[in-house]
Amino acid sequence: MAHVSLDRLTKVYPNGFLAVDALSLDIEDGEFLVLVGPSGCGKSTALRMVAGLESITSGTLTIGAETVNDVQPRDRNIAMVFQNYALYPHLTVARNIAFPLSLAGLPKSEIDAKVTEAARILELEPLLENRPAQLSGGQRQRVAMGRAIVRDPAVFLMDEPLSNLDAKLRVQMRAEIARLHRRLEATTLYVTHDQVEAMTMGDRVAVMRDGTLQQTDEPSTLYDSPDNLFVAGFIGSPAMNVRRARLESDDGTWSVHLGHNRLTLADAVLATRPALAGYDGAEIVVGIRPEAMEDASLADSGMPRIVADAELTEALGSDLLVHFHLDAPTVDTGDPDTLDDLDDDTLMIARVDPRSPVRPGDRVELAVDTERLHFFDAETNLAIRT
Amino acid sequence: MTVTATTTATPRQSTTTRARSSGRPDRFVYGLLRSIPTWLLWILVMLWTVPTGSLLLNSFRTRDAQRSSGWWVSFTEGGWTLDNYGDVLSSSRQTGGLAQALLNSFAIAIPATVIPIAIAAMAAYAFAWIPFRGREVLFVATVSLLALPNQVALLPLLQLFAGGAHWTVPGSGTVVTLFPDLDLAGTPTAVWLTHTAFAMPFAIFLLHNYISSLPKELFEAARIDGADHFTIFWRLVLPLSVPALAAFTIFQFLWTWNDYLIAITMIGANGANYPATIKIASMAGEFGLREHVLSAGAFVQAGIPMLVFFALQRYFVRGLLAGSVKS
Repeated sequence: MAHVSLDRLTKVYPNGFLAVDALSLDIEDGEFLVLVGPSGCGKSTALRMVAGLESITSGTLTIGAETVNDVQPRDRNIAMVFQNYALYPHLTVARNIAFPLSLAGLPKSEIDAKVTEAARILELEPLLENRPAQLSGGQRQRVAMGRAIVRDPAVFLMDEPLSNLDAKLRVQMRAEIARLHRRLEATTLYVTHDQVEAMTMGDRVAVMRDGTLQQTDEPSTLYDSPDNLFVAGFIGSPAMNVRRARLESDDGTWSVHLGHNRLTLADAVLATRPALAGYDGAEIVVGIRPEAMEDASLADSGMPRIVADAELTEALGSDLLVHFHLDAPTVDTGDPDTLDDLDDDTLMIARVDPRSPVRPGDRVELAVDTERLHFFDAETNLAIRT
Repeated sequence: MTVTATTTATPRQSTTTRARSSGRPDRFVYGLLRSIPTWLLWILVMLWTVPTGSLLLNSFRTRDAQRSSGWWVSFTEGGWTLDNYGDVLSSSRQTGGLAQALLNSFAIAIPATVIPIAIAAMAAYAFAWIPFRGREVLFVATVSLLALPNQVALLPLLQLFAGGAHWTVPGSGTVVTLFPDLDLAGTPTAVWLTHTAFAMPFAIFLLHNYISSLPKELFEAARIDGADHFTIFWRLVLPLSVPALAAFTIFQFLWTWNDYLIAITMIGANGANYPATIKIASMAGEFGLREHVLSAGAFVQAGIPMLVFFALQRYFVRGLLAGSVKS
């Protein structure tokens, strides 16, 4: 096991495209770090630089104590799991798993023992003599995992390993990989575009956008205090509602004007974010997580309200999602994967108690917990937290 | 596939109208071909086979029978004999000697098949998967040699084999040997060397097409698993390229086995080294006195590539890559 350090790692393709821009990350020994971002953000390129499949334009990559910028992939003591499995189709499951070991020249008895052990961990024993073509997607993915763990590598690299599985299997394999990681305690760099995978699996999560690192933190920190608008919009499902608003103070009472609605801020909001005072009368961006809103009839009467028309409700059983219009202009968080053209510009989503009687078409009053609002500078898109 | 789907949707329409209505010319042609009844094709096949079939029948008939009646008579009158086959395979100087000639053919065709495949497979792998400076230029140059007809190089090559290549430095009179005199004229080696050289562009082109289409992730996985280029070539590329290798083997073996021109140019008058093609051509003798053995000789000669074809046919497997990557 080893500590992995990326120091200002940069990748420029021959055509001049800057895929990864000065990415600095430290992955602690035994840590599970998830690199997440929308498609094309450079996360896979970063992983492939760590693997040695992509040359490093500038920066330093250290695995353990060794700088490995110019070390061949096979000498980096890493194992990689590919998105599309990349199994050797002409070899049986047993020989697929044994492949790296036989290349390393291990004695046959030792290879057999390790393959058996890996197959036991991944419950592949009955399939050892099958060929990849005879396996289901989940089984193939487990074989790919087996081929990785059997080598006992310093670092595991996983490139969207679950994205080719169907939804149910993905949830299952997600737990399986997490369990495997707890058991092996191997340093892992896991790349995904799925923020749910990132949140559930990572010890820490690094969010990338357009080749640059946005924020690296524990999942809960990322969710509760995003550094900027992009992270705020990317992490969380349904996504945070972000709207342009105006901040105003009146005799020491601060309020946010969201279109026709006015939300009076709790005193604690300004107390914890004194910097907000500098935005008096200015345009800012306000972020409201769906769960920071509640049907007013079921909420604390002291909270400020938004009055709107519910357009659609989605009963999830545990929650009720209310889609409603708000006349404040929306803000582009910069996530290219959102469906801009489908999104009605003024649509917001609230996650309310399932006992709420709201039906589509109803006029609804939503109580907003202003202490859970997020504020961003309208120019820089950076969070206002101090 | 699409045609089948359309059939289910509109079962009453005829194939041709459906194809025409789709508006795509290739569909139209396909539909038109599909409308040809199978029995008509069988008749065409039989007509096509008549010359070959009649030669085969005649190869089992005596000279007299061949000269006095048509092959169809043998169905009623019989008179089958294996004498012609016995003659051509005997060691008699006049009609026979085909056994030795077959050995010569093998001595040419086997190295002329195996060596180009071995070299071309490695070259194709390098062109497809090893990045090096000038790769594209070199590949295009290699493949463009396909346009070179081998006839133009035959005599220079023969000269090279017979006397080597020497260059007198102007002024000084010193002679520099560019290619040593290996005294290869008249030997099977000269023939298979020539075949090997001329097979290379096509072999590289064919195998490159196949090898470059193998999934990239396989090579990446192998590199991470600890494989160097040789291991990747030997343990991944070769096993996965078996269909392409088998196809080229058949093609190249057939071509070298049936070659006449290169063999007669390189071997010349050295009758002991003649491959079967030259031997058979010389069997008829002056004024066609022994032409009755020609068909027997031809079928002996043709039998070998057929054996090769049937032996390699089982390697034409589809779906060799199934289960490797999911796209």
